[in-house]
Amino acid sequence: MAASDHTILEQAARWLGEGRKVALATVVETWGSAPQPVGSQLAIDAEGNFIGSVSGGCVEGAVVTEALDVISSGAPRLMQFGVADETAWKVGLACGGRIAVYVEPVT
Amino acid sequence: MRRQVLDGLLEARAQRRAVALITDLASGAQRLVPRSEAARDALADRLEEAFRFDQSSSHDGQFINVHNPPLRLVIIGAVHIAQSVIPIAQQLGYDITVIDPRGAFATGARFPGVMLHDEWPDEVIPTIGLDPRTALIALTHDPKIDDPALKLALASDVFYIGALGSRKTQGSRVARLRETGFAEADVTRIRGPIGLDIGARGAPEIAVSIMAEMTRALRLGA
Repeated sequence: MAASDHTILEQAARWLGEGRKVALATVVETWGSAPQPVGSQLAIDAEGNFIGSVSGGCVEGAVVTEALDVISSGAPRLMQFGVADETAWKVGLACGGRIAVYVEPVT
Repeated sequence: MRRQVLDGLLEARAQRRAVALITDLASGAQRLVPRSEAARDALADRLEEAFRFDQSSSHDGQFINVHNPPLRLVIIGAVHIAQSVIPIAQQLGYDITVIDPRGAFATGARFPGVMLHDEWPDEVIPTIGLDPRTALIALTHDPKIDDPALKLALASDVFYIGALGSRKTQGSRVARLRETGFAEADVTRIRGPIGLDIGARGAPEIAVSIMAEMTRALRLGA
């Protein structure tokens, strides 16, 4: 668990309290060298505001885009990022590791 | 994640209770397991390890996310070295409490944004409680202030106890504590001279050595 996890969850709760829709992205598995440990989180609101980190910046943009989809569809999804991935050219991890990120709506 | 699960996580944190959130990654089903009930859970073995090493992980499509209480550092002595320790400890995620009965030391101007107590350690510590996610360091050099705090730390399961002072100071400190009935195995829990031996010079480098030793105790239990 990263040091600032509580501020991420608190922000998610605050957004919900303001009537905003929110998704939570969590690193659930890593392979090789990964910038953020398992359990690292990102909270995203429906306008694309986010707090936290799942990769130290490498794939946050892609995760936020997916999170907006998850917020509107209401269905969680599991995503992978890494050098073996098709999307690696666009949003791969510079460190060469691979991570799985679970993106879920908070309802 | 349901709103009530999020609220449960935040509540556990506020009350310093360890919980794990288990998510079935295929179905999205989630359950919150308090550490106190982990032994009776179907994933008991994995949960025990996860809590102890503060390590979240996935197994067979089940994701265990550990939410241990925040780390806490109790500093005895609102002294110069404390001012160097605090910013590093905050970066490492510790909530800080500073205790110093000498009113002139524990002032908000010297320690902005930190919980300050200008009472004696044996008055304050029982009210805040010590637990396995807490470390305590005694920095005053004054046995009248340091010793009562160290005694309470030794009677608790804090993960790190350190005391500032030379080898000679540490020797007489250990002798005093032995005389009051603490066993040899107890007093060896006190790291003194405090910090890893990195040849630190001056307060900022001593702070680095203290926080390095504390991190080793947290992660490796040594």
